Amino acid sequence: MAAHLKKRVYEEFTKVVQQQQEEIAAKKLRLTKPSKSAALHIDLCKATSPADALQYLLQFARKPVEAESVEGVVRILLEHYYKENDASVRLKIASLLGLLSKTSGFSPDCIMDDAINILQNEKSHQVLAQLLDALLAIGTKLPENQAIQMRLVDVACKHLTDTSHGVRNKCLQLLGNLGSLEKSVTKDAEGLAPRDVQKIIGDYFSDQDPRVRTAAIKAMLQLHERGLKLHQAIYNQACKLLSDDYEQVRSAAVQLIWVVSQLYPESIVPIPSSNEEIRLVDDAFGKICHMVSDGSWVVRVQAAKLLGSMEQVSSHFLEQTLDKKLMSDLRRKRTAHERAKELYSSGEFSSGRKWGDDAPKEEIDTGAVNLIESGACGAFVHGLEDEMFEVRIAAVEALCMLAQSSPSFAEKCLDFLVDMFNDEIEEVRLQSIHTMRKISNNITLREDQLDTVLAVLEDSSRDIREALHELLCCTNVSTKEGIHLALVELLKNLAKYPTDRDSIWKCLKFLGSRHPTLVLPLVPELLSTHPFFDTAEPDMDDPAYIAVLVLIFNAAKTCPTMPALFSDHTFRHYAYLRDSLSHLVPALRLPGRKLVSSAVSPNIVPHEDPSQQFLQQSLERVYSLQHLDPQGTQELLEFTIRDLQRLGELQSELAGVADFSATYLQCQLLLIKALQEKLWNVAAPLYLKQSDLASAAAKQIMEETYKMEFMYSGVENKQVVIIHHMRLQAKALQLIVTARTTRGVDPLFGMCEKFLQEVDFFQRCFIADLPHLQDSFVDKLLDLMPRLMTSKPAEVVKILQTMLRQSTFLHLPLPEQIHKASATIIEPAGESDNPLRFTSGLVVALDVDATLEHVQDPQSTVKVQVLYPDGQAQMIHPKPADFRNPGPGRHRLITQVYLSHTAWTEPCQVEVRLLLAYNSSARIPKSPWIEGGEVSPQVETSIEGTIPFSKPVKVYIMPKPARR
Amino acid sequence: PGSRLTPTGAGQDVGRSCILVSVAGKNVMLDCGMHMGFNDDRRFPDFSYITQNGRLTDFLDCVIISHFHLDHCGALPYFSEMVGYDGPIYMTPPTQAICPILLEDYRKIAVDKKGEANFFTSQMIKDCMKKVVAVHLHQTVQVDDELEIKAYYAGHVLGAAMFQIKVGSESVVYTGDYNMTPDRHLGAAWIDRCRPNLLITESTYATTIRDSKRCRERDFLKKVHETVERGGKVLIPVFALGRAQELCILLETFWERMNLKAPIYFSTGLTEKANHYYKLFITWTNQKIRKTFVQRNMFEFKHIKAFDRAFADNPGPMVVFATPGMLHAGQSLQIFRKWAGNEKNMVIMPGYCVQGTVGHKILSGQRKLEMEGRQVLEVKMQVEYMSFSAHADAKGIMQLIGQAEPEHVLLVHGEAKKMEFLKQKIEQEFRVNCYMPANGETVTLPTSPSIPVGISLGLLKREMAQGMLPDAKRPRLLQGTLIMKDSNFRLVSSEQALKELGLAEHQLRFTCRVHLHDARKEQETVMRVYSHLKSILKDHCVQHLPDGSVTVESILIQAAAHSEDPGTKVLLVSWTYQDEELGSYLTSLLKKGLPQAPS
Repeated sequence: MAAHLKKRVYEEFTKVVQQQQEEIAAKKLRLTKPSKSAALHIDLCKATSPADALQYLLQFARKPVEAESVEGVVRILLEHYYKENDASVRLKIASLLGLLSKTSGFSPDCIMDDAINILQNEKSHQVLAQLLDALLAIGTKLPENQAIQMRLVDVACKHLTDTSHGVRNKCLQLLGNLGSLEKSVTKDAEGLAPRDVQKIIGDYFSDQDPRVRTAAIKAMLQLHERGLKLHQAIYNQACKLLSDDYEQVRSAAVQLIWVVSQLYPESIVPIPSSNEEIRLVDDAFGKICHMVSDGSWVVRVQAAKLLGSMEQVSSHFLEQTLDKKLMSDLRRKRTAHERAKELYSSGEFSSGRKWGDDAPKEEIDTGAVNLIESGACGAFVHGLEDEMFEVRIAAVEALCMLAQSSPSFAEKCLDFLVDMFNDEIEEVRLQSIHTMRKISNNITLREDQLDTVLAVLEDSSRDIREALHELLCCTNVSTKEGIHLALVELLKNLAKYPTDRDSIWKCLKFLGSRHPTLVLPLVPELLSTHPFFDTAEPDMDDPAYIAVLVLIFNAAKTCPTMPALFSDHTFRHYAYLRDSLSHLVPALRLPGRKLVSSAVSPNIVPHEDPSQQFLQQSLERVYSLQHLDPQGTQELLEFTIRDLQRLGELQSELAGVADFSATYLQCQLLLIKALQEKLWNVAAPLYLKQSDLASAAAKQIMEETYKMEFMYSGVENKQVVIIHHMRLQAKALQLIVTARTTRGVDPLFGMCEKFLQEVDFFQRCFIADLPHLQDSFVDKLLDLMPRLMTSKPAEVVKILQTMLRQSTFLHLPLPEQIHKASATIIEPAGESDNPLRFTSGLVVALDVDATLEHVQDPQSTVKVQVLYPDGQAQMIHPKPADFRNPGPGRHRLITQVYLSHTAWTEPCQVEVRLLLAYNSSARIPKSPWIEGGEVSPQVETSIEGTIPFSKPVKVYIMPKPARR
Repeated sequence: PGSRLTPTGAGQDVGRSCILVSVAGKNVMLDCGMHMGFNDDRRFPDFSYITQNGRLTDFLDCVIISHFHLDHCGALPYFSEMVGYDGPIYMTPPTQAICPILLEDYRKIAVDKKGEANFFTSQMIKDCMKKVVAVHLHQTVQVDDELEIKAYYAGHVLGAAMFQIKVGSESVVYTGDYNMTPDRHLGAAWIDRCRPNLLITESTYATTIRDSKRCRERDFLKKVHETVERGGKVLIPVFALGRAQELCILLETFWERMNLKAPIYFSTGLTEKANHYYKLFITWTNQKIRKTFVQRNMFEFKHIKAFDRAFADNPGPMVVFATPGMLHAGQSLQIFRKWAGNEKNMVIMPGYCVQGTVGHKILSGQRKLEMEGRQVLEVKMQVEYMSFSAHADAKGIMQLIGQAEPEHVLLVHGEAKKMEFLKQKIEQEFRVNCYMPANGETVTLPTSPSIPVGISLGLLKREMAQGMLPDAKRPRLLQGTLIMKDSNFRLVSSEQALKELGLAEHQLRFTCRVHLHDARKEQETVMRVYSHLKSILKDHCVQHLPDGSVTVESILIQAAAHSEDPGTKVLLVSWTYQDEELGSYLTSLLKKGLPQAPS
């Protein structure tokens, strides 16, 4: 009886607490649920005017409805619908029907009959369209039910003759989304004759309203997307639409043609006005090419984009896209590109100073010149010099895709890409440089092309220069003059923009290792006779000299004869650079220095294995060690952590794994240490001071677990479980410590309840992984869960304490690929002694430039923090556009941070650092009670906490008082 | 009605553009230019041709100027002030702003330098400009009740426009000069699918397909850059407006991008004023300039400064734009003489040069030039030729025709021989008639005017409801009454027409007898007719009435025995006028006889 009473008391207490807390607001909703439809009914009955009713409906739509009560709500809405005379209210009801039938967990087939019923009596076109929309929602909700689909298609066909374009639009949409071709299945469907949906939709290609035409094409595309094979006959219909007056029709038609061309690439179509025949894909290619010179830029962009994915087109047609067939006064003329090539092959480079060297050559037969209908002719030439940069970018992208699949085309389009390096808009220039990099495997640059490419090195935009360095890293150069030219230009670049140093060195490294034989003849010149380096021993700190050495040493790696050309100081410099810039200078097999070569080079390959083994062994040692005495365990953990940390420093490939494991062990160590505290043996009030250590440990473990979860890329679910488990242990520890150190029971109730919720949450999220966690803390905890739920806090604490002590050490499985996120702030460098002065109260923009490694989704997670000397901290969310992605796993943040403060008497430093924001609930699937409403519950941008992950940089600033 | 068209200038010729068009009785003059090649009366169009001796204002409804080049607007003050025209003159705002500057310049050269008398004065230019009405892009201006004009973007130079002239349902598009490929400061010409009756297009490059402009630009920049890096000086002789701005922008952005420091100069004069207008009319420029002008107006040159005579002797590299473009006189020639001796220097000719000028001589490779005063100038500097031209090439012209879809095309502003080729191509590709009249030759175009008829909504909806599927291509029969009243036409339903006109309705009924050989009784015959019709006319309502007759919709069929021959039955078919179609079909059907009844 007493126990029973206790339980009741406890329950009452928890209830009080529960209502105070905000987190469980979602649960409250469940309680108010049954009244939902009733309330709506009352509201609607109360409404005196249509405007009132509309207001109620709008209010109603703001809140989600649970799956169970949807049907009731729908009935009430329908009932009101029949009575309602005002079209706008009916419209709203119709839209609500559609929204409600989308509710997950609700099967809308029961309301379909009613919906179709009211459709028949509806007069207003707008409401009709909205009702069809609702039917579409119902239909898409029930993709399995053939009979319903058939019925809906039937309804749609019936309304296709409506005079309003809106209704016809919706009907076509319905057909596109639900219509099917499988006639065999439809036989049993209520005796309805099977319809050929494609033919019905196709009939509306010639509707009088352009919006309906567009909808018809879109519906056709929708059919294709749903996996129905379109008839080839559509191709001719679609071709006619290419000359439609309206741009949206043309734009959709281009897509449709593209789809058909991908479906039937090899079938043969006749060429009108001649008896020749060509492949369909070629014909379609020609037609889409023609659209690249359409009047509307929207269509042009669409066409240019689609061209890129037509890889099956014959090379003959493909190459035409780059050929405009120049003429001048009816005489054939060669393009500048052809002339450049000819000059190059004749050995005479860049003379071209004669007037009329572009004089037209042979006469053209006037009959043979075709001015328009020449299909693919010059499509890319037009696309690349289009007025709108959107079209130009699309054309460059298409060029890139086609060149990747066809080496011969890559060779041909090179001239055009190179030309794009001089575009007036930076994005286009950048895009074409990237494109060139992507196809660089297929091409070798001629000297005159290289010349143009290198000219861009002087560009004032850093992005362009760096992209170009990347490009040079992977280009093939054909001659030694080319290499020389590249080097000279790069050095010029270095002199002009010293900040590019690292990027240039890296570029030269690859340039050297790609072209050892071309560098070889240049070596004497580069090392001694070049005017640049004419001193006996060049200055070792000169970045330009280092750049040359990087080129030579990397070339020498695969060219054993080269070191013979080196002078003495070169060897000395090699030794120095090998040590200081080891990532740029490879190990060389040098004559007379066997020691170096034998020690380094053979070791490189098998080096990884032992360290990997070492890692595995040390971890295994730890995991097998749980039954030893606590002292020994602690020591072993400490040693292993130290080993792992050192290993991480030495072996960059293993750094992620080593750090990750070390952090985990660190957590375990902290936990063990905390449990070793004397605090547990003695009465609570006496040990207030010592408890600091335990609570600090708990706090630190929490922090570390967040780091483990969010700072490493490649963490899989099985690791997340372990991490969360560790965090749960930390929370338990925290609870125990609080229980020991605080007087009174009241606050404990809340904490206990919260902890039990966490356990419950853990169980829900990782239910699949629970079998792996046998014998662990949580395993035992879940066994005792029923008991814990009903016991008093003091008891809970006691149980937890024993369980923490008994719990075993969980083995952390290592993920395949794991990298620690890191960031370095390049700018501001933090070296300046000149304070940034600005008037107080106004803002000053600080340029921040940072590189981020292995950050997943940096757009939403990376923040910039500014710490003012007065302790005020400010968090800045950079715009998504501020992040560039130069390579896999790497990101670059270039943004501006606005600083402002009240006046200071003297300059002081503010700290700028980068933070990684995390939100642990984002990883976990949405809780079932939140979803299931038409309104999305909340946007997931909330930040739970942040981890600093870059070294802070100090910036000297000085807000001056405003002058009066 | 119809269109008549007479070029008084620019017919099979370049220069002195002036075309007279009469569209559905409205007379419009397109452009009013002068000819560079003549100094006598031929330099202006022959305005006396227009009216013989009446007043111009009475004859012309309006004048349209496409852009500010003198061969399109040079004769304007002469025409309006000296010949006398007081009607409206339409042009775009940039043209309106820049045109007087050029006219003034032209006047100065003609009067002050050449000492011509009887030339228009500054005041005349001002008075003339007062008659100008500005037209904005895509703005439709009502000249009078019937005549309306609309401007489209044409590229070419700042403010160049194409004009659509529309009277009722007839329209003419005049392109002026246009450019289908965008350049550094202007966009490409664009027109919607307006389907005019006539498209008048320029055809300067009728037989040329041009290379990508990017190569040209790249070459130009490379040459300038190389020379400047060598420490040489670059001279670019230009005409003050148009291409000069494009080259300025090109160099300016290049300097900006490459962080170059060498100075660029522009010889002063009217250019400064013109540049001012370029800064103002940002909406008329290309995408890049329009998008970035908020940060910085591209025409506010950072690197380009005004030139002073003394600068020519400064040491070190520099780039100078100087007028005039053919090196025949003025500043460009002075600078050329100073720099010609040094092989490090370079002169770039951005356009064609007329024979006899220094420009033409050096382009054709002459290295020793005789200057006035028996001096011989040895040219050691490099000479380059770069063509920057802003006319549409053959492909561009075809593209524009494709965009506008005209019924007829007419070529002007080009050489006759070249036009011939293009004409043939246009006729072949688009299957439209193409004309190329010479100056003074009149082309008359027949038009089939369309007459708009209003239809009442009720009637239209009723007809729409009857037909099942929409089919734009097939004509459909529609019954109604056409009412012609005060020169407008309306199609209404017959009931409404009766009501409006206050007439009583008369029923018109056709009856027809069809003889059938059928020995059976009348009732049986009727039954057979009934089942026969029922089987054929599936989508009509066929009924057998109790009084022994058959109705199909409202058509009545009765059978009676022939009075003389009992083996023949007479079918009486009767229908109203409205059912004429079905009724005649039925009779012909019945005349064929009934199918043999299954016995």
